[in-house]
Amino acid sequence: MNAIKRAFAEIKKYPSAMAGIALISLLVVLAVYALISIPYTEAITLWRGADNIWIENPRNARPVWVNYFSRAKMPETMIFRSKDNPEVRTILEDVEGFRADQIVFEFDYQYDGFPTEISLFMTSTFEDIGPSVTITWVKPDGTTRELTSMGVVKETNYRISQDERLTRQLGGLLPERGLFADPENNQVPLKGTYKMIIEGLVFEEDSDYDANLIVYGQLHGMAGTDHRRRDISVALLWGTPVALAFGLLAAVGSTVTTMIIAAASVWYGGWIDSLIRRITEVVMILPLLPILIMISLFYSQSIWVILGVIILLGIFGSGILTYRSMFLQIKESGYIDAARAYGASSFRIIIRYMIPKIFPVLVPQFVTLVPSYVFLEASLAVLGLSDPLLPTWGKLLNDAYANGALYKGYFYWVLEPAALLMITGLGFAMLGFALDRIFNPRLRGL
Amino acid sequence: MVKPVEVVQPETASKKGRFDALFRILRYTFSRGIVLALTVTVGVYLAILIANGGGHVDKIQESLIREQVGLMLAGDPEFIKLPREVRAEINEREVRIRMERLDLDKPFYVRSHRYLLNGLTLNFGQATHLLSDSGSSYVRNILGERLFPTLLLFATGQLLLFFSSVILALFLSRRYGSVIDKIVVALAPTSAAPSWFYGIFLILIFSAVLGWLPFGGIVDTPPPTGLWANILSRLKHLILPASALVISSFFITVYYWRTFFLIYSSEDYVDMAKAKGLSSSVIERRYVLRPTLPTIITSFALTLISMWTGAIILETVFSWPGIGRITYDAINLFDTPVIVGTVVIYAYLLAITVFLLDIIYALVDPRVKLGAGGNRQ
Repeated sequence: MNAIKRAFAEIKKYPSAMAGIALISLLVVLAVYALISIPYTEAITLWRGADNIWIENPRNARPVWVNYFSRAKMPETMIFRSKDNPEVRTILEDVEGFRADQIVFEFDYQYDGFPTEISLFMTSTFEDIGPSVTITWVKPDGTTRELTSMGVVKETNYRISQDERLTRQLGGLLPERGLFADPENNQVPLKGTYKMIIEGLVFEEDSDYDANLIVYGQLHGMAGTDHRRRDISVALLWGTPVALAFGLLAAVGSTVTTMIIAAASVWYGGWIDSLIRRITEVVMILPLLPILIMISLFYSQSIWVILGVIILLGIFGSGILTYRSMFLQIKESGYIDAARAYGASSFRIIIRYMIPKIFPVLVPQFVTLVPSYVFLEASLAVLGLSDPLLPTWGKLLNDAYANGALYKGYFYWVLEPAALLMITGLGFAMLGFALDRIFNPRLRGL
Repeated sequence: MVKPVEVVQPETASKKGRFDALFRILRYTFSRGIVLALTVTVGVYLAILIANGGGHVDKIQESLIREQVGLMLAGDPEFIKLPREVRAEINEREVRIRMERLDLDKPFYVRSHRYLLNGLTLNFGQATHLLSDSGSSYVRNILGERLFPTLLLFATGQLLLFFSSVILALFLSRRYGSVIDKIVVALAPTSAAPSWFYGIFLILIFSAVLGWLPFGGIVDTPPPTGLWANILSRLKHLILPASALVISSFFITVYYWRTFFLIYSSEDYVDMAKAKGLSSSVIERRYVLRPTLPTIITSFALTLISMWTGAIILETVFSWPGIGRITYDAINLFDTPVIVGTVVIYAYLLAITVFLLDIIYALVDPRVKLGAGGNRQ
């Protein structure tokens, strides 16, 4: 306990170590928050994005905080539901099984950019004849345009943005631009109150219809969305525990086993030693990433299988040579002779006497190794070989890369996971470097 | 007993010594070469074991045979005239005979030796989907074509990294504790991120925002016609990936080497040299750099080995038409022969890297030259 206290007092002297600890704590907090707020199964379903759960999000929307940094204000998504707001509906006529009514969605548009998409999702209940609707668009300057007339079956989606007839009528402008454009200058939207009027005719007693108008904005949430409308924050949050668990387990697994093997190699010497050294040489020229690629393609893409292989190949990593030279010195120490004299077994000497001696060297090594494994997982993901279920940072980068995010200017898509990766890398590396200087007397003061 | 003093003419002595040193270096290089060749063999064998766990190498072999048989029979005018069932039967029989000849009906450990030989000679047959730029579907041609860009990028990056790091590290060890020294020490943790990660940022800044340099590729499309224009365009495409390679390891390398230099410059013989009044550049070259070079080269070897891994993604990020990029394409098309081929190629590249560094090591380490044992560990 005292030793830990002393080590911590020492660490406090290094501002970079404290910064590293702060960054790591931030990540831990984020990881815990992710695990609590989004349960594992929910995270997986969300990221798979089946059943149109993301249908109300815009595609490739930037995060909302972009607005704070720019003078031109961009729109967020606006959703209007007739079911939740009965006051938007007025009944014009209601006689024995025939009803004429009108839904008016009215909204104030004060943004400097156009929406990215407009869609009208309609639902209806009927027995034989479905309701029919006529949809009209009213601009702030009073001009009206009839968009379409159509029958509403159970679920009818009118994707206004994809209406080619409307595009032609608007003189080749896409509907989400044409319907909002200033008549003087069609490069900017006209600010003011817009109206969508849905005039419906219902032909049966119990028949009814509802409409949801979605004007997709250019911004969404704290992190923005991707090409499949998914909220990127889900993957950012869930990537944190995955990355931390993967990095820590891989680092612990490979450093501890490497150390034990190195100790055994030195202690037993002879053919065991030379065998272990030959194996190390072979493993050194085995290309780690291509082998991982091969394994994730041919066997399993599960993150835990990859972790196992990394540890297995890491056992005989180049660390063995460093540890070996340290153990060679330790083996000659007097206390090892003393242990041997009282009849301690080889196992006991290795585990109780040799390994604890180099633990201080191990700790900084282990801390600096964590980010390299986090980045290794991200590397695999960038190649499209990440875990098929879990959302990770690397997967975000892979999606962004595959969809030309940098080329098209979706910088947030790359920068957000990259920032988290960088925080992980810096946090552990800063702490590890400081620890190295604390525990390694030769470096003290340098 | 007192040995009679042998009088040696200085000239012959130095000649003899030089010859001896050359001989020792050659012997050392040769023995390292043999050890590495054996290591590569074992490494490739392991790679084949892993690949064949899913029976993938077997499939490569079988498709190769079917291809050969098909080609051979199609060239036979008598064969084409035969009815279809008979043709299929002959085809199957030929395939079976060849499979037996290649021991494909034998247990795996017997066959693995043949695979090993094929692997070592990069004989992986034909790719299932990919083609080389010249239109060949042989894995050897596809990979061979990609080798040069990979080596160009990697060698450029490494040479830049090595010399810029040595120079800056020496400079910093002289100004230990200065502002610039502190900045480099503070920046050392940034090397936790691999080269492709910095590549993304470089593309973002210099291609997407500033528009100064291309997003990726190796040359403009269509390639410029003039020789100089062509070279210039290639250089322009090389800047960003090579910089990413350098940046990703620069600060940590400088930090480590500067520390080595500091440790070595506190040795007594350096103080002695200072006391003798030698100029600081002579001290640096002869008394600090010379004894640290073997250590530096060893640490550089480890950096190099870990950087090969990052190079795959770096090439992917920059669409650099090297082996890494073809690996990415092969993954997307599930082109097994190419993937197994890249594993072996990378094993070779790593071994050659280690071998080259061993030779350089032999040249700079006086222990090898003087025959005091060339053991690195």
